[in-house]
Amino acid sequence: MDALEQQFQDTVDGDGRIEPRDWMPEGYRATLIRQIAQHAHSEIIGMQPEGNWITRAPSLRRKAILVAKVQDEAGHGLYLYGAAETLGADRDELLDLLHAGKQKYSTIFNYPTVSWADVAAIGWLVDGAAIMNQVPLTRCSYGPYARAMIRVCKEESFHQRQGFEALTVLANGSPAQRRMAQDALNRWWWPSLMMFGPSDDNSPNSARSMAWGIKRFSNDELRQRFVDATVPQAEWLGLTVPDPDLRYDEETGHYVFGEIDWTEFFEVMKGNGPCNRQRLATRVAAHEEGAWVREAAAAYAAKHSAREVAA
Amino acid sequence: MAVQDLDVAAYCLRLGDDALVLAQRLCEWAARSPQLEEDVALMNLALDLLGQSRSLLTLAGEREGAGRDEDDLAFLRDEPDFVNAQLMELDNGDFGRTMARQLLVSAWSLPLWDALVTSTDPDLAAIAGKAVKEVAYHLDHARSWVVRLGDGTEESHRRMQAGLDEVWPYSFELFESDDLLQRLVERGVAADPAALQPIWLATVSEVVAEATLSLPETDWRPAGGRRGTHTEAFGYLLAELQHLHRSHPGVSW
Ligand SMILES: [Fe+2]
Ligand SMILES: [Fe+2]
Repeated sequence: MDALEQQFQDTVDGDGRIEPRDWMPEGYRATLIRQIAQHAHSEIIGMQPEGNWITRAPSLRRKAILVAKVQDEAGHGLYLYGAAETLGADRDELLDLLHAGKQKYSTIFNYPTVSWADVAAIGWLVDGAAIMNQVPLTRCSYGPYARAMIRVCKEESFHQRQGFEALTVLANGSPAQRRMAQDALNRWWWPSLMMFGPSDDNSPNSARSMAWGIKRFSNDELRQRFVDATVPQAEWLGLTVPDPDLRYDEETGHYVFGEIDWTEFFEVMKGNGPCNRQRLATRVAAHEEGAWVREAAAAYAAKHSAREVAA
Repeated sequence: MAVQDLDVAAYCLRLGDDALVLAQRLCEWAARSPQLEEDVALMNLALDLLGQSRSLLTLAGEREGAGRDEDDLAFLRDEPDFVNAQLMELDNGDFGRTMARQLLVSAWSLPLWDALVTSTDPDLAAIAGKAVKEVAYHLDHARSWVVRLGDGTEESHRRMQAGLDEVWPYSFELFESDDLLQRLVERGVAADPAALQPIWLATVSEVVAEATLSLPETDWRPAGGRRGTHTEAFGYLLAELQHLHRSHPGVSW
């Protein structure tokens, strides 16, 4: 380990922050770019399943909340691509990688939102799981990512509370609304648990990310925290978590839950979820149909600055 | 206790429907805009308009005095009961057409809200005080896109001009007057549409010139929105807006 690397590791070990101009190992840079890009892609793809209900929201208040939420997600995408750019990445290139299927986004967004309750369930479960994953990142060793996460987490917890509140109304509503709420929980519960990723206790990548201060808890630890926080909320709502093996363990103080179907996870990861093709096609279409607009803005800016120089 | 005033209720309903219907159209852009910054900007416009419509429909319901709230008015009225200008309900088309519509609407609503800040109806004046700031941004946003697209590439120029040509004829309806408006202008409640038109035309002409576009020439002046006559596309917009709410009568959301 040379002096620069030693200094880097000392900063990380001392809970300091690495800033864009600081020296960093190439592997650290590459890992962060990939992780931040994947996170940014998830934010913008995540606009689709919820955007699906904006025009049909059942009250003007709910419509406004949902528009604001989808707008927040676009904003999260912007900060995150910005954070990736501080590492030398380029937003357009990252988007090209997403469009070409070479970079991933969270598998959760490959499930369809088929009822209004899905919007509420996404807020409660998906934003809830995202918070569990992201709160530790507010202390991540890379300064711009950590700072972006502070802002993102504040908004995600707002989304989580709004989702829970919307679901509370449904769970206490008419029989049809209750059925809608239970059905949404049935479909979103397991995919939400999968959001933490497969067990990583023996993964060499995880160990390296831990040493670099990019990861602080294992996937299983975060998943357990999520289950412990969420099951009592489901009970409070009067909804049934779709897991016959779920039980509270008095001794450990944790919920024990059933086996996750990782075959499903890997299938969705591979591109075989219900909406993988649709989500990517919608994203690519928006990008391609907007090309003339971006080209025009660039052409105008070029003409304009040329005129200014000439004047 | 709110005082019943059916003229003010009818006027708020027009403006509230304008904002609601345009917001609904803008919402269709969610996750489909040309770039991430525009996803933020378009949702921002939609959110402002939705906020304006909620205040206006609430006030319309109060002045009507029949116990209808914003959701009753938004979700439980049928097509002929909507009194938005037809311009608001036109299909988005491409981004250029959406921006042409935004320009024509914002160049009208800015002087409108500016005038309503001093409306003799204090509740309407309060709504105007907030809306005028929002709409000033909407106009800047639309202006900057119309100019960039008009004076951008050959393709963008062609598309921008086409978009403007398509929405232009619908702008005349914004300046129509009728008995209701005359009574309300006399009372100092409403803005006089005749006074708004020269301000609107000056703004639009200036933007169109800067964008190297030309003002469309047409003697076709579709109208009827204020009397509940709408385009074919409007039925689909309302169906999408209302179906979930109507499928579960009387519940809370
Ligand atoms: Fe987000
Ligand atoms: Fe969120």
